[in-house]
Amino acid sequence: MSPTSRFASIRNGESLDFSKIPVVPIEDFRSAVLKMAAANHRLCALLCSGKDGRPPGSLLAVLADDTGGKLYLAASQPVAGYPSLTPDLTQAHLFEREIYEGSGVLPEGHPWLKPVRRVSADKVAFFQEQGAEVHEVAVGPIHAGIIEPGHFRFQCHGETVHHLEIQLGYQHRGAERLLREGPDRRSLAVAEAICGDTAIGHAWAHCAVREALAGATLSLRAEALRAVVLEVERLANHIGDLGAISNDIGYLPATAYFGRMRGDFLNMLMTVSGNRYGKSMLKLGGVAFDLPAEMRSSMIETIKRSVRHLAEVGDMFFGEPSVISRLEDTGTVSRKICDDLGLVGVCARATGADRDVRQDHPFGLYRFRHIPVIKLDSGDVFARAMVRFLEAQRSLEFLSALIANLSEGSAASPCGAPAANHLAVSLVEGWRGEVCHVAKTGRDGKYEWYKVVDPSFHNWMALAMALRGGEISDFPLCNKSFNLSYAGHDL
Amino acid sequence: MIDIIKNRLKQGYRTSKFPDEDPGLPERFRGRPVIRPELCSAGCTACVDACPTLAIGKQGDGSQSDGKQGPLALDLGRCLFCNECTAACPEGAVAFTKDHRLAASRRDDLIVTSDEAKLAESLGDEMRRLFGRSLKLRQVSAGGCSACEAELTALGNVVFDLGRFGIQFVASPRHADGLVITGPVTRNMSEALRIAYEAVPPPRLVLAVGACGISGGPFIGSEDHLGDAAAVVPVDLFIPGCPPHPVTILDGLLRLLGRLKRG
Ligand code: SF4
Repeated sequence: MSPTSRFASIRNGESLDFSKIPVVPIEDFRSAVLKMAAANHRLCALLCSGKDGRPPGSLLAVLADDTGGKLYLAASQPVAGYPSLTPDLTQAHLFEREIYEGSGVLPEGHPWLKPVRRVSADKVAFFQEQGAEVHEVAVGPIHAGIIEPGHFRFQCHGETVHHLEIQLGYQHRGAERLLREGPDRRSLAVAEAICGDTAIGHAWAHCAVREALAGATLSLRAEALRAVVLEVERLANHIGDLGAISNDIGYLPATAYFGRMRGDFLNMLMTVSGNRYGKSMLKLGGVAFDLPAEMRSSMIETIKRSVRHLAEVGDMFFGEPSVISRLEDTGTVSRKICDDLGLVGVCARATGADRDVRQDHPFGLYRFRHIPVIKLDSGDVFARAMVRFLEAQRSLEFLSALIANLSEGSAASPCGAPAANHLAVSLVEGWRGEVCHVAKTGRDGKYEWYKVVDPSFHNWMALAMALRGGEISDFPLCNKSFNLSYAGHDL
Repeated sequence: MIDIIKNRLKQGYRTSKFPDEDPGLPERFRGRPVIRPELCSAGCTACVDACPTLAIGKQGDGSQSDGKQGPLALDLGRCLFCNECTAACPEGAVAFTKDHRLAASRRDDLIVTSDEAKLAESLGDEMRRLFGRSLKLRQVSAGGCSACEAELTALGNVVFDLGRFGIQFVASPRHADGLVITGPVTRNMSEALRIAYEAVPPPRLVLAVGACGISGGPFIGSEDHLGDAAAVVPVDLFIPGCPPHPVTILDGLLRLLGRLKRG
């Protein structure tokens, strides 16, 4: 029997009647998930229906077939515990910790079953190395700059980092729980605040599950306008990150210029939506603000100018041998680690993985207009910086073509009530990577489950791996090159 | 090197003329709202029902309940500037202007009931003598989504150039004159925030930036946070927005230091 026979399949942004999802005994669930993973399917989400630490609960897995563009879903019968997947499937490690913390369902034999978000109530020891010359460095939760909180615990021998453990959870605001109370009038505002620099990515993923559950369709214009703002969000962040990386290596002219250019794109979002992060731009059924002709022509002008400026500043930055030698071979993540951990987005593409939701599971306008996937294979800070630079250029090209040829239509169409007992999955390629929202409605059409997976959730462990064997003084630079979200992880 | 110099010349001078000139915000920017009570019809609750955070109510006193009777009041501290109320109101009784000035010295001053603005007040003479020309701040994110944090960071870029006002973000609370708090103060950050506050030598200032820090914002009512910065430490300046625009923050800071004329 092929492993897929235990799964229901849908495409990105579709919903299905929950009763169509096979519910199998946990042993079968476990072996089917492992077989699928062995056949190169990626774990997008693993969740448990149990709540408030009270088992039992049933597990639900969402696996992506990136080459076939399909999402596979299977559920287990309710359990109070089961043999952990993590020893056989590293990708599951944080999901299983989360499941245990949230539902009390025990993944037996999980190698590191620490809390994910319950940090202060439940202080757990850190992994510690022993030895006469080994020392430990603790940083956080409050850091030196204007940055979100998290704790980093390094085990070092001299300057060399043997192990880094990242303890997050400080930002936990209860976003998922508030979403689960919906759909209601604040759901979209909560989704937009999951992670402020990805307000559009999360708003889109949220609207897409909600629209899929209601069976709503959007005009082509609305789809195009969503893609416009998603790419502008990507530009602001990619260019901002290049500035932050140049700042960390002390190359200040590039910091200033990239920083200023980032502002151009935040201001573009403000011109369109009234908010520099594009909050309130999306609404159910489309977008809240259209692009009138004058605004389009001024955007095209800004984009043209930015193509030039980005090339000039990028050439200056990447043309500097001292910059390159600082970035190359720093914080390397191998392709194997990428696949083991199920990395997504820029971090994955910097290790050579051909992985981009816009290509693999095209949604909205990306079904009709393609954007080339950028990948490099050195896996180091250089690759992560360069992928951003090249992607920013592709986004600019994409935007100028798109804005010049916007189809007519209304910016928003009606979106009805969600169907009862349905489940929907939506993946959006945010600037960091795959943003995944999974929602299931109950009999009354209200959410029973609402799961959010920010790309950072997959990728934080990669930062820890990047530091292994490196120097502790490389940490700030490595951290910037990943630039992961604390709030998006902590929810 | 020559490339760096060439690039520098091309970049030109980019620092904004604010506060000497108008910040030049775009048409769709949503700044200070105005309420026209005379347009609001009794019994209509369209805006109240649309608001994601119960920021707008008809209680008249802005108490955050779902008030349905009485004059319209909008609480800037809860407002996300999302435009839902304006879109819902059939009469145009609520409208957002381009006025970037939103900061206030007292929580109550954030309640808008007309077109009047209660802007932030300047510190007393002694505090102004201490901080007026040099203010060092420590930022603590306690559940901020990174948008407020990003706007605080943006204040340091070449456009806003906070340093020209003698204001600077520093790495240690011990070097700081005050804290800038973002986020609804998650339970998991409350202890760290208290420690950071204690570490700032008095007299010290506290600024709450963004809807979350002032009221919990979109997360109002969640049990995973304490509700707002004022629940943990006394707040001297409230800067609303989701997130507030950098000039809104700058305006609040300069008013606090008595460096902007009234208006
Ligand atoms: S703009 Fe403010 S008051 Fe109006 S609906 Fe949005 S959050 Fe509520």
